[in-house]
Amino acid sequence: MLKYIVRRVLTMIPTLLVVIFIVLFLMNLTPGSPALNILGPDATQEMVEELNHKLGYDRPFFVRFVDYVVNLVQGDMGTTYRTNRSVFKEIVTRYPITVRLSILVIVIACCIGIPLGILSAVKQYSFFDTAGTVGALFMACIPAFWLGLMLVLLFSLKLGWLPASGTDHWYSYILPALTQAIPQSARSMRMTRTSMLETIRQDYIKTARSKGQIERKVILKHALKNALLPVVTMVGVDFGFILGGTIVIERVFSINGVGTLILDAIQTKDIPLVTGCAVFFAFFYMLVLLIVDVLYALIDPRIKARYRGQKA
Amino acid sequence: MKKNAGNPERRRKRNAFINRDTWRRFKKNKASLVGLILFLIFVLFMIFADVIVPYSVAIENNISQRLQPPSAEHWFGTDAFGRDVLARIIHASRYSLLMGIVSVVIGIVCGSVLAAIAGLYGGIADRTIMLIMDTILCIPFMLLALAIVAALGSGLENLLMALVIASVPIYVRVIRSSILTVVESDFVEAARSLGTPDRWIVLKHILPNAIGTIIVQATMSVGTMITWAAALSYVGMGIQPPAPEWGAMLSEGKNYMLQYPYLVIFPGLAIVLCCLSLNLMGDGLRDALDPKLKD
Amino acid sequence: MDSLLSVRNLVTRYETDSATVEAVNDISFDVLPGETLGLVGETGAGKTTTALSILQLLPERTGVIKSGAICYKGEDLLSKSKEEMRLIRGACISMIFQDPMTALNPVLTIGEQIRESLEIHNYDGLSREQLDERVDELLEMVGIRTSRKYDYPHQFSGGMKQRVVIAISLACNPELIIADEPTTALDVTIQAQVLAMMMDLKNRLKTSMIMITHDLGIVAQTCDKVAIMYAGEIVESGTVRDIYLGEKHHPYTVGLFGSIPDLEKETRRLSPIEGIMPDPRNLPTGCKFHPRCAHCTARCEREAPPVYREGSHEIRCHLFAAEDANGN
Repeated sequence: MLKYIVRRVLTMIPTLLVVIFIVLFLMNLTPGSPALNILGPDATQEMVEELNHKLGYDRPFFVRFVDYVVNLVQGDMGTTYRTNRSVFKEIVTRYPITVRLSILVIVIACCIGIPLGILSAVKQYSFFDTAGTVGALFMACIPAFWLGLMLVLLFSLKLGWLPASGTDHWYSYILPALTQAIPQSARSMRMTRTSMLETIRQDYIKTARSKGQIERKVILKHALKNALLPVVTMVGVDFGFILGGTIVIERVFSINGVGTLILDAIQTKDIPLVTGCAVFFAFFYMLVLLIVDVLYALIDPRIKARYRGQKA
Repeated sequence: MKKNAGNPERRRKRNAFINRDTWRRFKKNKASLVGLILFLIFVLFMIFADVIVPYSVAIENNISQRLQPPSAEHWFGTDAFGRDVLARIIHASRYSLLMGIVSVVIGIVCGSVLAAIAGLYGGIADRTIMLIMDTILCIPFMLLALAIVAALGSGLENLLMALVIASVPIYVRVIRSSILTVVESDFVEAARSLGTPDRWIVLKHILPNAIGTIIVQATMSVGTMITWAAALSYVGMGIQPPAPEWGAMLSEGKNYMLQYPYLVIFPGLAIVLCCLSLNLMGDGLRDALDPKLKD
Repeated sequence: MDSLLSVRNLVTRYETDSATVEAVNDISFDVLPGETLGLVGETGAGKTTTALSILQLLPERTGVIKSGAICYKGEDLLSKSKEEMRLIRGACISMIFQDPMTALNPVLTIGEQIRESLEIHNYDGLSREQLDERVDELLEMVGIRTSRKYDYPHQFSGGMKQRVVIAISLACNPELIIADEPTTALDVTIQAQVLAMMMDLKNRLKTSMIMITHDLGIVAQTCDKVAIMYAGEIVESGTVRDIYLGEKHHPYTVGLFGSIPDLEKETRRLSPIEGIMPDPRNLPTGCKFHPRCAHCTARCEREAPPVYREGSHEIRCHLFAAEDANGN
């Protein structure tokens, strides 16, 4: 198992390098030179060139890429244009909020969506199933940022139960987390249901029944683990969408996380900050994908066996 | 031979992606019909927006009429600049649907070509393409789209480009896997062993069999793209005011939502309904194209 | 001798919104203790449906037993509750499924899967160790090293998996085993091995068996009695002698034998049966076989044929029924 994790971590490194390359490349496409963006249109040609040289933007793209990676390894992600502070510090002070929020979302969504999906599949064609699938279909179509506005309107502005913004208290997280967790749990439920229905139709379920196994155990012992395999993968993929959504949700709830940071940075064309935030998001997402892969291997003996160093 | 259960002619027809059976099964599914009708209404809005209400009504300020609640004259009320909300929603459907459909069509075409190369030729081509796609997939969708918009600047074309680039890897994955199941199937093996040229195999066997998956994926994706486009516009990275766009309207209405909740309710409902119609259709199409999943 | 299992006039249908599939139409047969009955027929003849009907494992909602009786040791299984039926499955009647590749759960070790049957029907209150011993014993019986019980199905070959499936079916010493094409998915060389092992175990344990197959060679090797199914009906039945050596046969049986090569006779070509199985959603009138039958008469198209009997040999065909009527 350890061998598998080590291998998986090692494959992360080239991927991360390519991700950094893509982000830097995109930022390089920004029209106008960085110095011009900082100094404004009134700056003279010499001032622009001088600043570009100071910031290193007169060097070839590939050199800058290597430089960035070398600095990154040492924990240096450059300084912001506007405030001249360390990008690394800016991100480090804010990332716990973003991480907490996104993990809260995925945990809530799984806790609601997966059991409901299983129940819905087991009771296929029942009233619960029909109501559940129709409800989930509807919920899955609600854009999270709009749901956030509606929740704020109802629970903060009209009823005054929960704060509409900030992260000052633990209960400040309730609305922003639910905002994304509700549509996401609907998606998880649909996914789990489909996977469970597929699994129930398999031959080994018939075998279990022909042994005289009670129905509850047929589901829990035989179907569940198999049905969860594709769900685990999908949850990992969906986490990427949740992270992206978090950027918008932080704006809706005026939460001071990395999402707000990157939006502000984009608006002010603060390239080191945008790059730094993007690298953070990509890194975090890859970390989650890694955890998902390890989880998958733990459930599926076919993968576990491959890395136990024995014949498959 | 009386009954033609295994009649080759009939079986061949069953493989073709759209036939009378598909439409019959689709029609039987009430939910997907509702989706289709709803979507057609949006399409009609998109085509006849100018006939229903002139574009000027949707963008010209009219301060004397500002923040009027819904009435007979302004069904959905007016916004802070006195513009009719319904007119703006109707004209916004142009942007949203156009972006959704165009980005998906371009994305799917690019995705299909890449997936076909990867799936059919395998080897280095497959590994290289999938490595690049998997790497791009490691960047969260919204982040990639944001980065592209940030680099290129906001605006319709750039937003479209961002959506296409960010979504191509997803299409490549889905289409490639559906192509692979066909490529590895016996009838393609059989065709190959008979010396059928690759081009012909793609056209005759792989495309018709993979197209079901592609159509379903496309239908669902249009809804997703519309939502993401709205989200990007909401944070100010998409369509710029005063042009009407659902996400941008939400962003503008947010500040007034306590007193004038209709400013955020109606544009949001438009997104939900549009997305719902596409998902209903997608679900119906999937069941209609792959009936064995049903029972 | 009283029969262990007796099926009388069983009718099973699959009902969906769009169509009704007449899978099993009024079949009757008996299995005596220690006896092996071969159910022979083409794919879609209703063999597997018959098996699933006996165990009441038909797909919920769609599969319905319309009428008839299934008696096990004199008790009607159809009138039993779900819970009573569950206790019979595995313990009294067990089943071997066609495809060993999919019949085993990929995420459980084979030891766990064999043990499971024992745990469900552990009426003697055996201890953990005793159950483990029994698992080892079963593995030895089917010729698998006991050390492999911690392995997962994907670590076994097809033939080995089928041995595991057989071990599962034997776990609780059932009196009847229904084997649904147990060797079809295996390589020919492995087929013989697995079959020989199955028959050896069956004889040792004195179990009855219903052998579902489309392979007449397997029937000749393993069965005492044979029932030939076509379109959900038993068209001909009798002892192996009746079927293989009898003089009179249903035209379908003749066709079946015509489609396998005979080493002793020198025939230039095999003679396959013309046409294909009728669509079970829309069966022909009269004799179900008449559209493909070389001896088809106007009567065959109209009336269902009566049973023609000669000792233990039964044939459902107008051809012989007419002869019978003339003769007497």
